Amino acid sequence: MVHMAQGLPQVAAEQAKVDPMHQFAIEPLFGSAHWEIAGYNIAFTNSALWMAIAAVALWIFVAGGMKRELVPGRWQMAVESFTGFVDDLLEANVGKEGKKYVPYIFSLFMFILFANVLGLIPLPLAMVGVHPFTSTSHFTVTGVLAILSFAIVLIVGFWKHKLNFFSLFVPHGTPLPMIPLIFCIELVSFLVRPFSLGLRLFVAMMAGHVLLEVLSSFVIDGINAGLGIGPVVSVLSFVLMLAICALEILVAGIQAYVFALLSSLYINDAEHLH
Amino acid sequence: MPQIAQLAETYSSQIFWLLVIFGFVFFVIGKGMVPKVMGTVDLRDKQIGADLAAAEAARDQANAEEEAWRKRENENRTQAQALVAQAKADAAAASEKKLSAAQNRIDKKLADAEAKIAEARTSALAELEGVASEAAQTIVEKLAGVKVPAASADSAVKKVLSNG
Repeated sequence: MVHMAQGLPQVAAEQAKVDPMHQFAIEPLFGSAHWEIAGYNIAFTNSALWMAIAAVALWIFVAGGMKRELVPGRWQMAVESFTGFVDDLLEANVGKEGKKYVPYIFSLFMFILFANVLGLIPLPLAMVGVHPFTSTSHFTVTGVLAILSFAIVLIVGFWKHKLNFFSLFVPHGTPLPMIPLIFCIELVSFLVRPFSLGLRLFVAMMAGHVLLEVLSSFVIDGINAGLGIGPVVSVLSFVLMLAICALEILVAGIQAYVFALLSSLYINDAEHLH
Repeated sequence: MPQIAQLAETYSSQIFWLLVIFGFVFFVIGKGMVPKVMGTVDLRDKQIGADLAAAEAARDQANAEEEAWRKRENENRTQAQALVAQAKADAAAASEKKLSAAQNRIDKKLADAEAKIAEARTSALAELEGVASEAAQTIVEKLAGVKVPAASADSAVKKVLSNG
């Protein structure tokens, strides 16, 4: 949060320091703090709101490409290139069995992409205290998505190959005495997958946002430091911030792609056992 | 770090809303809309493929028809040339026949004429001999008063004529 609070006398003392982690704080909205189901809190938070915004934006985007014209317009072309991209990704990594995972991988990729990019939007509303929230910077969100992918891998794997699925942990040509050891190592690396999948996205998104926040605090502190080295720091930080913003847009796309790519690679393991 | 600090109080709402919203994304967008979009793409690809195949087939057919036409054309030309040659040969033969017939006729007429002329000449010559010998007899009789027998007059005339 780029706090504009420095100008307000009564809070200046406490808020002079920018807290780069405050942007990740979850707050219940619309007085829903005490909504519960079976004793579990289900407050509609800013995180849920931005997930919903991402979903609605995605719905509008895809709905705009549903004209089903023989000669597509720009919007339809854009939507078709995304579905084609996911289709090609699955075709390349899973083969023709990959076709049936297109809806899941498409939803995953586009939802993460939209959530990532929407979290970067510097809304003018920030001036009045409304901030975009990056729901993918929470491991409670990325973790659930990772577990979903992992669950699909497990279900498909055991459904298709029954107990044969365990042969996934013994690569071809392993010498007999090595099998128990290799099995354990492969099992651990397999079980680590959902964690690495979820944490990668969460860490990448959080790191970028923290970096932007810290740089913006340098800009403000530099200005507040008065004449001298302060404005130089501000200008340099601001230029760096612009560059990092561009990088973050790239990261938003890449992380969504990596999540979808790894999910499809894991699904390939479940479909084909290497 | 709010992700950890707020974990206990927010995990249930985070998971709940993610499942609700991602469920909406998956079932409505992923399952409902994406297959239609991809169906459109497939349909277009199929149509383009079919159109290309049809164009290819049409081109092949045009080529085959052209080939057939050329073959037919060549055949027709050879046939026509053969006909022309035949007609020429026929005409040449017919005219030659006519010419030779005419020649024959002319030759025959000529020969007839020549024979007639020769005959006329012989008869004329014979008559001339007769007349000459008679004339000679008369001349001799008148001049010399000698009666010359016809035979000797004849031989004399013959002698003179053959000399002359």
